[in-house]
Amino acid sequence: MTVLLNIDAVTKRFGAVMAVDRLSLDIYENEFFALLGASGSGKTTLLRMLAGFEMPEEGAIRLDGADVARVPPNKRPVNLMFQSYALFPHMTVEGNIAYGLEMERLGRGEIAARVGEIMEKTQLSALAKRKPDQLSGGQKQRVALARALVKRPRLLLLDEPLGALDKKLRAAMQLELKRLQHEVGITFIVVTHDQEEALVMADRIAILKDGRLVQVGSPHEVYEAPASRYAADFIGVTNFVEDGGRVLAIRPERIALFPEAADRKVEGRVVARAYHGLDLMLHVATAMSAQPLIVRVTAAGADRRPVAEGDMVTIGWNDADVRIFTD
Amino acid sequence: MLSQSLRARLLMAPALLWLTAFMVVPCLLILALGFFRRGIYGGVDYTFTFENFRLLADPLYLGIFLHSARVAGTATLIAVVVGYAAAYAIAGAPRRWQGMLLFLAVLPFWSNYLIRTYAWIVLLNREGLITQGLRMLGYEGEPPSMLYTEGAVIVGLVYNYLPFVILACYAPLSRLNPELAEASRDLGAGAFTTFRRVVLPQTLAGVAAGAVFVFVLSIGNFITPALLGGGKFQMVGNLVYAQFLTANDWPFGAALSMVLIAIMMVLLMAQAWGTAKGMGERNG
Repeated sequence: MTVLLNIDAVTKRFGAVMAVDRLSLDIYENEFFALLGASGSGKTTLLRMLAGFEMPEEGAIRLDGADVARVPPNKRPVNLMFQSYALFPHMTVEGNIAYGLEMERLGRGEIAARVGEIMEKTQLSALAKRKPDQLSGGQKQRVALARALVKRPRLLLLDEPLGALDKKLRAAMQLELKRLQHEVGITFIVVTHDQEEALVMADRIAILKDGRLVQVGSPHEVYEAPASRYAADFIGVTNFVEDGGRVLAIRPERIALFPEAADRKVEGRVVARAYHGLDLMLHVATAMSAQPLIVRVTAAGADRRPVAEGDMVTIGWNDADVRIFTD
Repeated sequence: MLSQSLRARLLMAPALLWLTAFMVVPCLLILALGFFRRGIYGGVDYTFTFENFRLLADPLYLGIFLHSARVAGTATLIAVVVGYAAAYAIAGAPRRWQGMLLFLAVLPFWSNYLIRTYAWIVLLNREGLITQGLRMLGYEGEPPSMLYTEGAVIVGLVYNYLPFVILACYAPLSRLNPELAEASRDLGAGAFTTFRRVVLPQTLAGVAAGAVFVFVLSIGNFITPALLGGGKFQMVGNLVYAQFLTANDWPFGAALSMVLIAIMMVLLMAQAWGTAKGMGERNG
């Protein structure tokens, strides 16, 4: 794999606030990469530095080996899809998409051809003459995407690309984005605070906290082998059990209800149950921890042996499924 | 229960009555006056004639109209450029400063128009503040003649009407999503292209409103040309003033006024129509 983007010890402060703190990261060609973090983690600042809207105080941002940290946004082969979409309200869909190509001073014929092609790919052809105000949220999102993609950037940055969409559309668009990324063969960096979105879409995820990297890895790695207590807590749901200076972390789906064989078994009382349709979350109060442990039971499992609030249950897990943190 | 439309009409009635009685009727009276003859000893001779309107085509009067339009146009152009730049700077200032900056821009409005114009005489006259300033810097020659020139009139008009442009341009500029300019930069546009293709088109309604305001108020203005232009300099406003107050030719004054009012009406309606169309496109 070739490194496309090399972020090398990049630092950015706003006044006394350290937004990005000596952060280093390599991103490979054709990767779908997610920057995941809570608000204030520095992910948006990092994205804006990659786009050229902020300049790092220290460090280098190398794109294809050349430092672009001080290159203005209109001179980098990088495009950003804004969270607000930032479509030009006085231009049509077609006009919005053509704008970036006009800036490259391409011929009319080539512009028309490339705009037509990308509108086809993003199912916008029928809306070519509409103004942004006449579009739905999902359509606007596709225009913003097409407008950035048509430039064929080396790197496409997407700031909370699905944040403004409703839940159903968001799920569909997650797969759509992935499909498009494969089709156009452009490296995507998505900023998101939605861990599920990152897990579904990304080839690799970087978790950010206070301007530093917490962990970088594939969705499977960050979910199954979180590097820290923060990572375990941020991605998915995790039960934490204090155990003599150590913290045991275990996922709800790794805890079995009424296990036949388990390395560790414990009795508890069901204090709450939350039904999600596909599965059932039981909150089981035990002597092990102050917080009740969350146990995920599949719908089928719940039907086999129904459990009500207030019932005494036995739960258990295997040591291999437990992560141990010392921080 | 009153129907919705009846209630709306009742609520509008006082304003409509007021406008009819004190705006429409006087205008019609002036218009009618334009079709009569001037009495031999002043006053009005009530015989019908087109003579007053024909006289408007006389090169002398046509020339004054064109000259007024040129002066008003120059003032408008300068006011729009300077006012837009000021509005742009205010809209780009930190939020907490913007109110104060706007207040300062509009501050001259709180003093009397005449006094403000007199202040320019103090500045521009031969031994005025500007000349004194030049002398202090070591200038020894003839004092520059600035007062009673066309330039002085234009300066006076720009100064007086600049706040309208600043307010009219500030409104759309402050509402502009700053990410639009960033998106333009991101797509490869330089700062100037971004301004020309993204910022300006979305603030044109404000520019048009400000420009029409300055032009309409300038072309009919008679105080500024009288005070800063001196007696030798005539704009349509001065001509109308003279017909009513010194020449005692009310019918011709009426005809001149009607043409002036017609020009203003056309511009204001064009601007209103343009704004309505722009809004319709945005909402349609």
